[in-house]
Amino acid sequence: MNSLTNIIAVFKVFLSEVGELSYFASRFFKEAFKRPFEFKEFLHQCFNMGNRSLLLVAVTGFIIGLVFTLQSRPTLQEFGAVSWMPSMVSISIIREIGPIITALICAGRIGSGIGAELGSMRVTEQIDAMEVSGTNPFKYLVVTRILATTLMIPILVFFGDAIAIYGSAMVENIKGNVSYLLYFNQVFNSLEFSDLIPTTIKTFFFGFAIGLVGCYKGYTCKKGTAGVGLAANSAVVFTSMLLFIIDFIAVFVTNIFYEL
Amino acid sequence: MKQTDINSLKPVIEISDLRKGYGENSVLNGFNMKLFEGENLVIMGKSGCGKSVMIKCLIGLEEADSGTIMVMDKNIGELKQEELDELRTEIGFLFQGSALYDSMSVRENLEFPLRRHTKKFGILNDTTPLVMEALENVGLAHAINLMPSELSGGMKRRIALARTLILQPKIILYDEPTTGLDPITSKEIIVLMMSIQKKYNTSSIIITHDVDCARVISNRMILLVDGINYIEGTFEELSISTDPKVRAFFK
Repeated sequence: MNSLTNIIAVFKVFLSEVGELSYFASRFFKEAFKRPFEFKEFLHQCFNMGNRSLLLVAVTGFIIGLVFTLQSRPTLQEFGAVSWMPSMVSISIIREIGPIITALICAGRIGSGIGAELGSMRVTEQIDAMEVSGTNPFKYLVVTRILATTLMIPILVFFGDAIAIYGSAMVENIKGNVSYLLYFNQVFNSLEFSDLIPTTIKTFFFGFAIGLVGCYKGYTCKKGTAGVGLAANSAVVFTSMLLFIIDFIAVFVTNIFYEL
Repeated sequence: MKQTDINSLKPVIEISDLRKGYGENSVLNGFNMKLFEGENLVIMGKSGCGKSVMIKCLIGLEEADSGTIMVMDKNIGELKQEELDELRTEIGFLFQGSALYDSMSVRENLEFPLRRHTKKFGILNDTTPLVMEALENVGLAHAINLMPSELSGGMKRRIALARTLILQPKIILYDEPTTGLDPITSKEIIVLMMSIQKKYNTSSIIITHDVDCARVISNRMILLVDGINYIEGTFEELSISTDPKVRAFFK
């Protein structure tokens, strides 16, 4: 009986959290199209998120490309299908591995950063101070950050994908003596717009989710320094879960279109 | 300012029957108050009795459950967001923890409120004279390029006061201005508050637990107990009261 009560209580908390997040999202859409636009702050956030995540995304992408190729090579060799390597690597990286890994890294790097920053601004009354000075803090802090993640994550994903494919090409060049020109020719021959478009659309949703959850957790942070830590932590956990759900929905929808 | 003078002045803030609660916990139970032009009104009360909630309702950071708050003849509850923002240029708020923006320098902290209020100041190409004037008022002109993390507690409080002053408000709300400061810095802040009041003829509400601060600065005091204004009077009147609830604050 007790465990049933606990399950119901957890479910209630989950539903109220989802409800509050939906309300937060609807407020974002309301505020995003209202004047004045905080263009300078938006550009500042784009620079902050994009530029400062570049190295992390590049290193991770490069290692993924490298490891993926090294791991798949022996199996492909066994079947005499090493020539399939460029198309296999590029399709799997562009369609799935690149977007999800980059988004997860950005959830850790950017999402937790937003959660902690806004959380500490909330508990030290900086958000209240902003409101008192006549600035709409939701517009200045939340709208700019969500728009920046929505724009920057797809760019970072493209960048990460390119580096990962380069990493793979490097392994093939060293191990299989395949020239870069031949490798990239094979990559572009195997890729189609139907691979690129759904994955690009998906990354915009990833970016939106990272910004939305990070801002929501930080902006609604409860009092105290413990609340700031919790905001940063739960922003990462909640976003990661949401990313997989979005990914599942995206694959499901894309497959419906492929079957048509 | 004497008590008799006060009654002949115009109220700039008038609160009637203000009620505010959180769930089943009611904090304000019909609070009434008037602040007159040029007056320093001190509000004292136990921690958690609703003093900060009251001033947050006053500036529109919290929504009251019922009651009316008139600020300079405008009903806070009936204002649109734009009207409220405009009214907020006339009300300065000094937060307990200073609430300086960590990611901005002192200059940027002071410039931040200016960019919103082009109606009051026009479009400013160079904000330096206004920023310098506000910093000189608090004696910290040399700190213009420092970051908040490089400032001491007292300096932070002064910079926060400068940020409040830059909009040239007619009313200033102080939320525990001397809490957490050493006695010497507290005195400096009190002197600064008095000099600002004298220079700009502002009306102030000061929330404090500091009896010394209340004695020096107050024209009138209100004791907030159980969500209502329990007693009202000058510092001298309240300090000789025999009521045990009042005595507890002056021991």
